[in-house]
Amino acid sequence: MSGDAVPGLVAVLAVTVATLAIGTWGLRFSRTTSDFFVASRTVNPRLNASAIGGEYLSAASFLGVAGLLLVGGAQMLWYPVGWTAGYLVLLVLVAAPLRRSGAYTLPDFAEARLGSRVVRSACSLLVVGVGWLYLLPQFQGAGLTLESAIGAPRWVGPLIVGFVVLVNVMSGGMRSITFVQAFQYWLKLTALLVPAMVLLAVWVGDGRPAGTSGGAGWSVPVAGDGAIGLYTTYSLMIALFLGTMGLPHVVVRFYTNPDGRGARRTTLVVLALLGLFYLWPPVFAALGRVYGDDLVADGRGDVLVLELPRLMIGGVGGELLTGLVTAGAFAAFLSTASGLAIAVSGVLTQDVTSRFVGERGPTGSVAAAFRLAAVFAVSVPVLVALLATNVGVAQSVGLAFAVAASTFCPLLTLGIWWRGLTDVGALAGLAAGGLGAGGAAVLNLVGVHATGWPGALITQPAAWSVPIAFATMVLVSLATASRAPVHARRFLVRLHTPEVLEVGS
Amino acid sequence: MSEPRPQRVRVTGPPRYASGPRSRRGDVHDQTPLGDVFLRSLLKEQLALAIRVLALIGLTLGLLPIAFHLWPRMADAELIGLPVAWVVLGGLVYPFLLLVGWRYVRSVERNERDFADLVEGPPQ
Repeated sequence: MSGDAVPGLVAVLAVTVATLAIGTWGLRFSRTTSDFFVASRTVNPRLNASAIGGEYLSAASFLGVAGLLLVGGAQMLWYPVGWTAGYLVLLVLVAAPLRRSGAYTLPDFAEARLGSRVVRSACSLLVVGVGWLYLLPQFQGAGLTLESAIGAPRWVGPLIVGFVVLVNVMSGGMRSITFVQAFQYWLKLTALLVPAMVLLAVWVGDGRPAGTSGGAGWSVPVAGDGAIGLYTTYSLMIALFLGTMGLPHVVVRFYTNPDGRGARRTTLVVLALLGLFYLWPPVFAALGRVYGDDLVADGRGDVLVLELPRLMIGGVGGELLTGLVTAGAFAAFLSTASGLAIAVSGVLTQDVTSRFVGERGPTGSVAAAFRLAAVFAVSVPVLVALLATNVGVAQSVGLAFAVAASTFCPLLTLGIWWRGLTDVGALAGLAAGGLGAGGAAVLNLVGVHATGWPGALITQPAAWSVPIAFATMVLVSLATASRAPVHARRFLVRLHTPEVLEVGS
Repeated sequence: MSEPRPQRVRVTGPPRYASGPRSRRGDVHDQTPLGDVFLRSLLKEQLALAIRVLALIGLTLGLLPIAFHLWPRMADAELIGLPVAWVVLGGLVYPFLLLVGWRYVRSVERNERDFADLVEGPPQ
C-alpha cells in the first residue's frame, strides 16, 4: 500500500497548499463586512460562475455519479441532469429578483419580504439544518477517499478537510473563498477530463472492447419496474430540479453578483460549466463497465473514478492519473464544504454570534463574530462525521435536496412572484415541508428500512412533500390575507424592476 | 422572433416637442395606479415567460421516464452505437438546457428593456 500512497499523498498536499495560498492571497482584499459576506458584490459573472461550479460540484458529483452510473445504469443519469436543470429552474424563477432583493442571506430575504422575525428564525434554523445535512457527507466522503487513496485511518479526512476549510473561511470570508472556488472548478474539470481522454485512448487502443458488467436495466432511465419505479424517478427529479434554488451555499452566491442582469449571466455560464463537467462521469462509468468488473462485484462502485486509471494503465502513467483524480476528489470536498461553511457561518453570525461579539460594532467585531460562527459551523458536522460513520453519503445529499425543495423553494417562488404571501402562511408551509421531508430524512438516517410504497415514499419524499408545502403556504396565506405585509407591493417592485430605472433601494 | 416591429417614423424635421413624453419613473416608484398597471404587466409577462420555460422542460425531460415506462423497447434503440438514453441524458441534454437558458435570458432582458422604454419614455 505504501507505494500506492505516494501520488495520492502528493495530490492531497498540493491541493491543500494551493487552497491555503489562494485563500491567504484573497485575504489582502478582505476589509469590510460586505467583503466577508458577499465579496462586496463585485464578482464578475465568469469568475462567479466558476466559483459556483467549484462550490456546487461536490464529491457526490466527482466520485458518486460515475459509481452510481456503473452500478445503477441510466436511471442514475437523472442525478447530473437534475443538478444542472436545477440551475435553469433557478434562473427563470429566482436569479435576478433574488439578487435585487439586496439581502445578504436567505433569512434576510425572508425577513425583508415578510417583515417577521419569527419567519427569519425559522429560515435560519433551516439553513443551518440543510447546511449541516449537506456538510456531513462531505466530511465522511473525505474520510473514505483518504482511506482509499493513501490508506489513512477514517478519521483523518474529516479533520484535515475541516481544518483547511476553517482556516480558509476565517481568513477572508466570501471574497477569498471566491478565488479558491473558481480555481477548484477548473482543477476538478481537468482532473476528470484528462484521465477520461487518456483512458478513452487506451480503450480505443485495446480494440474498443464491449462492456459486460452492470445491471440488466443499464439503458433504462427509470428506477425499477412498475408504478413505484416511476414514482421514485419523478420524485428524485422534483427534489433535484427544485432543491437547487434552496441550497444555502448556492443562494448566498447570488448576492455576490453586481446586479440582477449579472445574476442571470452568471447562471447561464454555470449551466455551461456544469454541462461541460457532467459529460465525463458517464465516460468513466462506460469504461468501468468494460474494465471494472471487480469493483462492481466487490460493491466498491463509488471508488471507480479513483481506481479506474490503475486498472487500465500500469506503471507511472496510472499513478500520475491516480494522483490527478485524487486531487480532484479532494478539491471537491474542500470547495463544497467551504461554500456550505460560509453560508452557515453567515447565518449564524447574523442571528447568533453577533449578539455576543458586539452587535453593530465596528468592522473588526463583525469579522470576529464571523470567525466564531465559522468555528461552530464547521466543528459540529466534523464531530458528527467522526462519531456516526455509517450514514450513506449519496443518501444524505439527496435528502438535503428534498428538504431544500420542500421549504426554501416554495418560500422563494411564492415570495418573489405572489403578493399575497403572509408570514403565517410562510411559517405553516415551511413547517409542513420541513417536517414532511425532514421527518423522512430522519427516518432514513436512523436506518428505518421499509419496502414497497412506504419505502419509496420515505426514501424519495419530494413528490409529496413539495406539493404539500406549496399548498399549505398558499392556503394559509389566503386564510390570513389581512396579514399580508403592507410593503409587499413595494418590495415586488424592487425585485422585478430592471436596474436601469433605479427604483427602490 | 415575434417581436413587433416599431412603427416606422418619417423624419421630416426637428422634433416639435422638445421635452418629449414625460417619464413615468415616478409613477412606478410612488405606486400610483398607473405605475401599478405598468408593474403588473411586467410581472405577468415575466411570470408567463418563466412558466413557458418550465413547461418546455416538463414536456421534454419530464416525459422521458414515462415514455421509457410505456415503451420499454426504447431502451434497445441506439444512436451512434450507444443506447439512446445515454446519448440523450448523458450528452444532448446539456446543450439543450444551455440553449433554453440562453433564449430565456434574451427574452427576459427584452421585456425589461421594453418596460424601461415604456416608463422612461422613448429615447430622444
